[in-house]
Amino acid sequence: MESSVAASATRIAVQVEDVGMIFTRDGKQTLVLDNINLEVGEGEFVCLLGPSGCGKSTLLNIMAGFLSPTSGTVRVGGEVVQGPDPRRIVVFQERGVFPWLTVEENIGFGLAALDRKERQHRINHYVGMVGLKGFENSYPSDLSGGMKQRLEVARALAVNPDMLLLDEPFGALDSITRLTMRRELLRIWEAERKTILFVTHDIDEAVQLADRVVVMSARPATIQQIVTIDIPHPRDLSSPRYLELRDGIFQQIGLAHHV
Amino acid sequence: MSFEEKPGAVIKVPVWLRPWLLLAVLLVLWQIAIQRHPGQLLPGPWGVVGGIADLLRHGLLLKYVVASLFRVTWGFGLAVILAVPLGMVIGWYTRAEMALNPIIQILRPISPLAWIPIAILWFGVGDLSAIFLIFLGSFFPLLLTAMNAVRGVPAVYVNAGRNFGLRPIDLFVRILYPAAVPQLIIGLRITLGIAWLVVVAAEMIAVNSGLGFLIVDARNAGNRYDLVVAGMVIIGLIGLLLDWGIRSLERVKSFRWSYSEE
Repeated sequence: MESSVAASATRIAVQVEDVGMIFTRDGKQTLVLDNINLEVGEGEFVCLLGPSGCGKSTLLNIMAGFLSPTSGTVRVGGEVVQGPDPRRIVVFQERGVFPWLTVEENIGFGLAALDRKERQHRINHYVGMVGLKGFENSYPSDLSGGMKQRLEVARALAVNPDMLLLDEPFGALDSITRLTMRRELLRIWEAERKTILFVTHDIDEAVQLADRVVVMSARPATIQQIVTIDIPHPRDLSSPRYLELRDGIFQQIGLAHHV
Repeated sequence: MSFEEKPGAVIKVPVWLRPWLLLAVLLVLWQIAIQRHPGQLLPGPWGVVGGIADLLRHGLLLKYVVASLFRVTWGFGLAVILAVPLGMVIGWYTRAEMALNPIIQILRPISPLAWIPIAILWFGVGDLSAIFLIFLGSFFPLLLTAMNAVRGVPAVYVNAGRNFGLRPIDLFVRILYPAAVPQLIIGLRITLGIAWLVVVAAEMIAVNSGLGFLIVDARNAGNRYDLVVAGMVIIGLIGLLLDWGIRSLERVKSFRWSYSEE
């Protein structure tokens, strides 16, 4: 299974070293991230899992280059991250697609440097990949929530980044659409082999998707545990191993799985 | 049962016709009132129609309408071209805003009409003065609209744009401007209304043609109040048409998103 346990065999894509983050608001300082250390291998699918507001999105934004950490460094491909870069594209929780552009124009947004033929070729490819054929000239306001999210993934993939950073991308979708989207994302990941960092507060989502799940504590966020999910895709959600790993994380977070 | 109309009680009037019907009723009442109390207070609607016919016969109506629209086009157009990009840049760069805000806030509440003496001093009596006044009246509202619009652009669009490696100039052209367009259209609508108010006032003093001049001239040259009210009606109708014109921008598909979402 090259898809799982990739970190030791392949090259390191991301190195997070002693990252700390302090937010200052109205003169009050809040420690958001405390001493985070993490390595992600190339082509690996890693989920950052933690309760809402714990700082996992902050960590993602630091890796993306939107925020500078108060202490420590993030390296991507050996280089220290100093700002946003088209080689690592963020897919936002919601409304990241540009509502003033059509589906085609959104996907082509990052392709201004290409000549027209090549651009159109790529647009067509990714329109097909995310299942938006027939909607090329629609505006996002005419699309459903799931379609908008697929559109944003397509726009990210079109610039051929090394890495996708997804910030609770399916959080606003209904549960059925969410399941479909997870399957779609895995299919795309298996086709394109990008490194994926995926922020979620949904334990099931993390165990269904990731090679490794990074379990984070409530604020200030520290890494509690890193769980390797050694189940090949497609994953059987009722297999004993799946349930064992899932329950282990539930207990780690301090929740019994009874409602 | 209270929602159902009683059969045969009223003739059904189509919804679109009702405001026109109301207008017609008011005009008839106006005419009746004038005929019962003839005097100098106000011409009746029939007299106003005669006034408009008079103006058309002398070729003045078209000439004055064109003169007024010419001034508004230039004054408003120049204000749009300058105020929108400038306002976006000022709104985006916090330091520019902090430096310029006091000046803007002092100049903004001065009515453009207060500038009339200075306009005449600088540009004399003529088109330039009127255009200058309309420009002033449009510039500050548009500047503030653009400043607010750019500040209101959701961070997620800006971050997405930066993520794709946009340089500052591209960020303005490809993200901030299109994201601000719905707000800008609202600002354009309000400001065009202001410009149309200002042109009438400016023409009463600073020029010798246009609809504002028509109103003052009709009074001064023989108390032709039928022409005064005719001028007012024409001003109202053209104002309405201008607003319709700019509202049609709201229907452009790539502008319409903010109206259809949430």
